Amino acid sequence: MTDLLYTDVEESLRSSVRSTLQRSLDEGLAARLYDEPGTDVSAVWQALAGQIGLAGLLVPESLGGVGAGPREAAVVLEELGRTVAPTPFLTSAVIATTALLAAGDETHLPALAAGERTAALVLPWTARRGAWSPVQGSAEPVAGALTADLFVVPTTGEGGVTSLRAYEPGDVELEAITSLDMTRPLARVTVRGEGSEIASGQAAEAAVDAALAAGAALLPSEQLGLAQWCLETTVEYAKTRVQFARPIGSFQAIKHRLADLYLLLVNTQAAARYAAGTLADDDPDQHVAQALAQAFCGDAAVRAAEEALQLHGGIGMTWEHPVHTRLKRAKSDQLALGTPERHRADLAGLVDLPAH
Amino acid sequence: MPDQQQSPDLRQRVDELLASHDPATTEPSEFLGARFDAGLAWVHFPEGKGGLGLSRGRQEEVDALLEEAGAPGPDLGRNSIGLGMAAPTMVAFGTEEMQQRYLRPLFTCTDIWCQLFSEPGAGSDLAAVATRAVPDGDEWVVDGQKVWTSGAHNADFAILVARTDTSVPKHAGLTYFIVDMTDPGIEIRPLRQITGEAEFNEVFLSGVRIHDRNRVGAVGEGWKVATTTLNNERVAIGAGNDREAGQIGLVAERWRRDPSVRTAGNHTELMQWWVETEVTRLAGERLRQGLEAGQPGPESSAMKLAFAHQAQQVTGFALELAPEEGLTYHDWTMVRPEGGSFLGHGPGFRYLRAKGNSIEGGTSEIMRNIVAERVLGLPPEHRPDKGIPFKDVPR
Repeated sequence: MTDLLYTDVEESLRSSVRSTLQRSLDEGLAARLYDEPGTDVSAVWQALAGQIGLAGLLVPESLGGVGAGPREAAVVLEELGRTVAPTPFLTSAVIATTALLAAGDETHLPALAAGERTAALVLPWTARRGAWSPVQGSAEPVAGALTADLFVVPTTGEGGVTSLRAYEPGDVELEAITSLDMTRPLARVTVRGEGSEIASGQAAEAAVDAALAAGAALLPSEQLGLAQWCLETTVEYAKTRVQFARPIGSFQAIKHRLADLYLLLVNTQAAARYAAGTLADDDPDQHVAQALAQAFCGDAAVRAAEEALQLHGGIGMTWEHPVHTRLKRAKSDQLALGTPERHRADLAGLVDLPAH
Repeated sequence: MPDQQQSPDLRQRVDELLASHDPATTEPSEFLGARFDAGLAWVHFPEGKGGLGLSRGRQEEVDALLEEAGAPGPDLGRNSIGLGMAAPTMVAFGTEEMQQRYLRPLFTCTDIWCQLFSEPGAGSDLAAVATRAVPDGDEWVVDGQKVWTSGAHNADFAILVARTDTSVPKHAGLTYFIVDMTDPGIEIRPLRQITGEAEFNEVFLSGVRIHDRNRVGAVGEGWKVATTTLNNERVAIGAGNDREAGQIGLVAERWRRDPSVRTAGNHTELMQWWVETEVTRLAGERLRQGLEAGQPGPESSAMKLAFAHQAQQVTGFALELAPEEGLTYHDWTMVRPEGGSFLGHGPGFRYLRAKGNSIEGGTSEIMRNIVAERVLGLPPEHRPDKGIPFKDVPR
């Protein structure tokens, strides 16, 4: 059984990420992105990539990275999820980087690891391992593309063989899409020209699947962090908000809802840690773990955000309160990389519980 | 993780035990006695008391090796109270004499234990027990009525919480005892439940005399002792199980075996419950790993909540899955079973029995209050009995 706890190294990474975010991320930035989508958010990523090396977290030291693994990346995502930080960590440093690593790339990774460039895997943000098609000209909605400097695109090459190709910004046309979650805005991406081949055939397909599997293993940690923020923020509010001459948290109806939410998060944490841990260990159960975590954590984060909103009463419905930014991210995350329903179907196949 | 962390010393001890007592030819109670003497009953207990003073997590290695060798284990179904609750409480609070007298036969299941805690007026509010223990020389004289006592009809001994002082607030006036269930003045009546079985009992105590040497912990400290017992109960739930070990396993097995149950709606529901129970199993595993690493786990109350909810929902689903079978029942004859069973009998029994999971060992409502107040730090409920002598509390 994989280790489901956190190591001291992970906890120290967590506190670095948390304190860097406290310094570099203005709390109102997330909401501002809905009014001013063009707001320059690059300082946040520069701080995380430059000061603590998050851009190259999964990249081996030989290619200029940190050489850490999925467990550490999961802890980073928990912190990024708490703050709904607009950074390309998941799309670039996890997903696109994993595709390049799996394809054996040595050309592009050093610049990514150094934080000089970011990359995006060009596929619809709903794609999942074993359920995606090569891009024919354009793809949408693609996450992480608007700010990317490198586009990793699975296409169909000569003889109908899948080809994983790298495109530079000049070969790509981007159209921003007004997104439910503007802290991770989506785009339509149209590629022109040939680009350059990174891998071909089965190697290309395996690289894309590895990237989507890493996303499926680690997105649940982002959902965990987001849900924990929702619970903690709501508990603090329930302790101080007075109605009928009592803090609302002393009403049993409120207590029981928060206790149930806590239970949900205990389970979410176990599922997220299991997915990260089995990926790190290259455990044979990793695909079950990914489908399980994706099936559970997406719904859990949505419920946490919905409960937080409801228990904040009228203030939860306002633009001024940050809970709406969490709800928008949670609902988008639930649809990202395969919905819970799709992952339950995948899981059914993996654990021999056939539909028919 | 037993394969990674196996200690040569523990393995050697297990090998020696197996060499001197062949599990295939030794009586189970004799084997268990030898296992106790080798310190392999509970490795985290002190030496001479069935343990070796190791960390709790090391027990897993021993259990795995013994299971591999086909060795008999203690009967958890019949003696869950003794093994899970009485033993750790005695180690924490009992006298040397008490530990020498009771632990070994408890582990070999020669002595079966039950728990005289709940009363008609004190279920979830356990500190409201009214059964009185009055001192008389070296003895205590006990009068009162207990209820929901599982296995009392098979028990040789019981752990008892009784009121020894009514002039102080309710938590301060309790004392914890060991009772010999064959003593005069004890009457056990079966309490038939919705399953048709009488797994539980009412126990009437009239002038029962308990020697003071069977008092566990100081006079008036019964609540503290009982809390240790209850914490051990909650730690035991949900940890260390295999995938599909509980109710979901029976449903999944049916699904694989019988294509006639497979409809789209059933599949959706099956997969939802499979995911929930598997995730809760992992949370139990995470709790176990945390305890092993010495990290306190406030999740244990939450685990009990999840377990109860899922057991109830999944057993209900099992009836819908095979409706013709769901309309039948295995047997309504009143029996007094040897041990509690959640998984035995047919699906109808499991559905009905699971209704108790959210009541026994603290109701789900009380568990939610515990999580809300002790884990999340929310303000306490209004408590009209707080700080008032027990005799003045309106009842």
